Amino acid sequence: MGTDHADHHHAPDGHGRALRLGIGGPVGSGKTALVAALCRTLGPSMRLGVVTNDIYTTEDADFLRRAGVLDPARIVAVETGCCPHTAIRDDIAANIDAVETLEERFGPLDLVIVESGGDNLTATFSRGLADKQIFVLDVSGGDKVPRKGGPGVTSADLLVVNKTDLAPMVGADLTVMSRDAAAVRDGKPVLFTSIREDRGAHTVADWVTGMVHDWRHVHATPETPHATLHP
Amino acid sequence: MNASLLLLADSRLPAGGHAHSGGAERAVATGAVRDEHDLAAFLHGRLTTTGRVAASLAAASCALATTLLPDATPAGGPASGGGEAGWTALDAEADARTASPAQRAAARTQGRLLLRVARRIWPSPVLDGLALAVPSPHHPVALGAVAAVAGCPPRDAALAAAYHSVTGPATAAVRLLGLDPVAVHRLLATLSDTLDAIAGTAAASPHPDPTPPEGSPSEAPDVWAALPAHAAPALDLLAEQHVRATTRLFVS
Ligand SMILES: Nc1nc2c(ncn2[C@@H]2O[C@H](COP(=O)(O)OP(=O)(O)O)[C@@H](O)[C@H]2O)c(=O)[nH]1
Ligand SMILES: [Mg+2]
Repeated sequence: MGTDHADHHHAPDGHGRALRLGIGGPVGSGKTALVAALCRTLGPSMRLGVVTNDIYTTEDADFLRRAGVLDPARIVAVETGCCPHTAIRDDIAANIDAVETLEERFGPLDLVIVESGGDNLTATFSRGLADKQIFVLDVSGGDKVPRKGGPGVTSADLLVVNKTDLAPMVGADLTVMSRDAAAVRDGKPVLFTSIREDRGAHTVADWVTGMVHDWRHVHATPETPHATLHP
Repeated sequence: MNASLLLLADSRLPAGGHAHSGGAERAVATGAVRDEHDLAAFLHGRLTTTGRVAASLAAASCALATTLLPDATPAGGPASGGGEAGWTALDAEADARTASPAQRAAARTQGRLLLRVARRIWPSPVLDGLALAVPSPHHPVALGAVAAVAGCPPRDAALAAAYHSVTGPATAAVRLLGLDPVAVHRLLATLSDTLDAIAGTAAASPHPDPTPPEGSPSEAPDVWAALPAHAAPALDLLAEQHVRATTRLFVS
């Protein structure tokens, strides 16, 4: 990837580039399902790119390409060498390279989504890679998870608790999860979703749209005029 | 030794190296490396073939970059860093010494990421010049240029390149086989003398004349044809098998 690059030595201040949204959370919580849902809902009104960080295969990238939610060329897979959290936090070079490759090939873009390979509760995105981050939990991990906290749960810009359709089956109390999350998150938003039931994850998509609007307001440059967003 | 070398050689330098195993993952997958004993042979083989070549290329690149540094040229150096013909020629020498397309791609990816990171850490027209001439240079070429800009002589650049050729696979083997990390570091320590010898020889390799006679180009690329060209066909094959594998943890 990228051997045909022109020289691109971007100032890291974000002017004139897309909002970079990190989506993290444990394996299986629904990160890829959320990426697909966001592409479905936001694709018609935004110029998108997606970077996946599969651990052992290109499963997530392949799934998204097959799902037909986005031009397959706009989905790039990064390999993370046994350490999914390193690739999003300590050594983000390969992910930055993938994001910039997408912006160069298809830019200007409005939003680039980076899905982490899936990790434990301590994994968060470096600010050098993601401008905003969503942490995805699911109810089947048990209703105690928000209380256990960890940087993902406490500091993500948005906490998504997914698979609410399974709550009755696993005996998870959503009120408890909601109360505990609010207690550790200091007022930052929490959304409960069932991507199985709402394949467009509309509440999350609305939040993302707001973030993209804010980003443009602050970071647009005259050379990259605002595209019209239709939320 | 310049202290910047420590930063350059540190596996924590955020330049994407952690995702490369230098063939170790495929060697483990095929059963060629199963324990510390196998790993010792693997690392020694890698160091004395591709490691030696990388060291020589890094030393040559460092020497070239040194001639392009602003205070090395009377007029304060060309604004763009210059050296386009030299960078292109040296990178072609690296290509000629890397038989496997998969290894070329891995070396160029790592070179591109290192160059990008280094341009933020040690901004310099010399690195801008390299990026303009060869946006995705082979890793040793990028490493040598970065070393020069960070203030290191060719011997240090060679040492970092040789060291890099074994630390990635060693760490990968620890993760993949669950080897005792201390035992693997002891193994790396036994390679110290070889590393030093390789760096010394590489620094003595032919370099372009930094003060060419009036009217001649500032690089003399043909001297690089004499750089060492040790081959490791087994590593080439492992690299090619690796890119074709359906499941893998490391890029290379
Ligand atoms: N029941 C239910 N299953 C879901 C929901 N969202 C995702 N899944 C399923 O959970 C599994 C893991 O989802 P995936 O998006 O691959 O998780 P990731 O590892 O976090 O990317 C898949 O089988 C999804 O179909 C949901 O809201 N409800
Ligand atoms: Mg996934």
